[in-house]
Amino acid sequence: MNTPVSIISKVRKPKIATILLDFLSKWGTVLTIVFLLVFFSFKMPTFMSSANMVTILRSISIVTVIAIGITISLTVNGFDLSVGSVATFADSLVISMFVWYSFGPVLSVFLALLVCLLVAALNALLIVRLKIPDLLATLSMLFIIEGVAMTYTGGGSISEGMPRLDGTPTLGKLDPVFRLIGQSPYIIIIMLVLVVVVHIFLNYTKHGRYLYVVGGNLEAARLSGIPVDRYRALAYFLSTLMAAIGGLMLAARIGSAQINAGAGYLMPAVAAAYIGFSVGGVGRPNAIGTLVGAVLVGLLENGLIMMSVPYYSLNIVKGAVLAIALASTYFRKK
Amino acid sequence: MNTQLKYKFEMKDISIEFPGVKALTDVNFEINSGAIHALIGANGAGKSTLMKILGGVYDHYTGSIELNGNKVEIRSPRDAKKLGIEIVYQEVDTALIPYLSVAENIMLDVLVNEMGNRQFVNWKQIHAAARKTMERLGIQLDTHTLVQSLSLAEKQMVLIARALAGERGFLVLDEPTAPLSQTETDELFRLMRDLAYNHGVGIIFISHRLPEIFDICESVTIMRDGHVVATQSIESTTKKQVIELMLGHRFDETYPKTKVDIGDILFEIKNVSEADGAVTNINLTVRAGEIVGVAGLVGAGKTELCKTIFGALKINSGEIFLKGRKLTIKTPHSAVRQGIALVPEERRKEGVLVEEPVYINLSMASLDNFSNSFGFIKPHAEHASAKKIINDLGVRTPNEYQKLAFLSGGNQQKVAVGKWLISNADIYIFDEPTKGVDVGAKHEIFELIGRLAQAGKGIIYASCEFPEILGITDRICVMYDHTIVKELKTADTSEEEILFFSTGGK
Repeated sequence: MNTPVSIISKVRKPKIATILLDFLSKWGTVLTIVFLLVFFSFKMPTFMSSANMVTILRSISIVTVIAIGITISLTVNGFDLSVGSVATFADSLVISMFVWYSFGPVLSVFLALLVCLLVAALNALLIVRLKIPDLLATLSMLFIIEGVAMTYTGGGSISEGMPRLDGTPTLGKLDPVFRLIGQSPYIIIIMLVLVVVVHIFLNYTKHGRYLYVVGGNLEAARLSGIPVDRYRALAYFLSTLMAAIGGLMLAARIGSAQINAGAGYLMPAVAAAYIGFSVGGVGRPNAIGTLVGAVLVGLLENGLIMMSVPYYSLNIVKGAVLAIALASTYFRKK
Repeated sequence: MNTQLKYKFEMKDISIEFPGVKALTDVNFEINSGAIHALIGANGAGKSTLMKILGGVYDHYTGSIELNGNKVEIRSPRDAKKLGIEIVYQEVDTALIPYLSVAENIMLDVLVNEMGNRQFVNWKQIHAAARKTMERLGIQLDTHTLVQSLSLAEKQMVLIARALAGERGFLVLDEPTAPLSQTETDELFRLMRDLAYNHGVGIIFISHRLPEIFDICESVTIMRDGHVVATQSIESTTKKQVIELMLGHRFDETYPKTKVDIGDILFEIKNVSEADGAVTNINLTVRAGEIVGVAGLVGAGKTELCKTIFGALKINSGEIFLKGRKLTIKTPHSAVRQGIALVPEERRKEGVLVEEPVYINLSMASLDNFSNSFGFIKPHAEHASAKKIINDLGVRTPNEYQKLAFLSGGNQQKVAVGKWLISNADIYIFDEPTKGVDVGAKHEIFELIGRLAQAGKGIIYASCEFPEILGITDRICVMYDHTIVKELKTADTSEEEILFFSTGGK
């Protein structure tokens, strides 16, 4: 009689599998990071050097800040695809303030952020008032902002000393203090501060709670008396603000405005935000998880470049990471 | 004239169980072609379940179905369709495809099931066939019109046309008149008579509206608690008799009605109508400590009434006063700020966050009470109040961190109610709060409502469970056809009287 044995094994097996799957979905990302660290340092002794670690952190800081923006849009069950374009736009704006108009750093940064928030207002208008699905509204905004940034700069690039499209010479210089934002450790500090601030905002304030409630069940939120439209609009304002800050960091880092400079950050930022869902079993978009997700993506990118994988092949890996992250988020949902 | 063959379906000893519930017990039911037969019963009596068995939706029933004395197997919707049975469900919008034309919707079964190996659609033929079906039914619509631009009544006609496109012998209409106006209802009845008497279709008509049943049907089957209690010809029965049979003898549940001194007028609704006519001309007053029942059958407009007062539907005209002060309610947000709370009917969809823990659900309507002036949440206060509510309401959960999805329906409902207790509203609106809740939890919810009344709150309690309404309210407003038709004092009325008014009696 082997029936009882087979019954027991039938009962037990899925249990172990469930526990394992549960553990993996919570800590898989962290385990992967540890694995990658070990793997890369085994392959390349210089990988674990503190200089390289700083390089990685510096390289992920812009991605992380933009990903935080996406994370906030995800909390209301939305999705902001326009963040990459907003980053480009902020980059163009702030550089133009310095180079074309010779404004001071405070005014330049302030004006750039202000103009970018107009984009947020448009996003909110399209999504909340005109009721276009988030993904489609921000997709159209992605193109509009990209076009606006190119049109504004007259082709996309501005740098010190470069004359304007109509031949006007430019005299402005980038502020040295502003350039510092793009250097480590400042760029890393800014990233960490934003992560912490957004983490506190989402988890310890009622506004953050309302964002999650709206995202969890829009109708229940509405019938609980939460002004849902206001909070959805707020989410898009914050995501655009984060993207604009990311754009400013980018401007400080490269010291110029480049054609579609922010576009490349969209994909890794989306990946980071989605990887972040499950980190530590939080099960919803969150700032710390997003940081961990960005670390994973950055580590992978840095390690693969050091292993001389050509840059044009990196997208394969990044895309695959995104697919895996999405699978781990959606697979377990009923 | 009537040369059609006579068909007769017999359902014999049908029983079906769902986890934990015996939905039907030894039900016998028969229908003939060329006749209109009514099926009636209170909510949960088993009408829909029986019709779903006939339509092949469930396959795990016991008993047999015979056609003209020959046993037939109906275990899938396809089986039912082959035998010529078609069911037109209540929600017409779920059965139609809005962005396809009338013809495509009518001929959907043909397009889906009878294409065989053909890959191309002969549109001319489809439109011609659709036109022919509509002609037969006397429906005048352009077959190229998109269904999304039709009125509700027209959509229903399209559904019936679809049901009959394939020469159906039997048609089940589940509450078809609920959303219709009087003229639209007349039109539907004309169509039903034509189908039955000139085309030999057998029609089962499910309705809560007794006058309609007595108007159009020849015979009626009455169900209660999963049994068929009687089948009678319309001539040999009366409305009063049907109502008595529907109610029958029920278990006497006890209702913990607390004695409360009723105070001054707290809340007053004057001539309120909803913008799309979901409710019209509502007048209602609630005194402090009073529990006012809103009774009515499914589709009478109770939920709409609740949502209109709460700002979730648009108020078109009329005035609302709270403590003598005129309120402007545009959104639920403004309703809550002004002291109104609503426990909605569809709690999973509208009341709770199933993916979030209990404490987040409990504080979501009153987070202002737990946050400081900078908007930071005070976790100790939040958790303490969550624990108190869990304790007070007897929510069965290991702790306040439990995800709501892991709680039973009754306990989820307690959470949906509990979140308003913290918020200190003046008026509490309950829409079917005991739906899907077990007896024990029901009792606790009643006690809770009693405590709110004791605290001087005003309660509006909407339900189609008349014994509950009789058990816990002070006064009852009966709804029929989107408005309040009668106000009754609970102490001086009976279930029969409520049912009389809520089925259109005058």
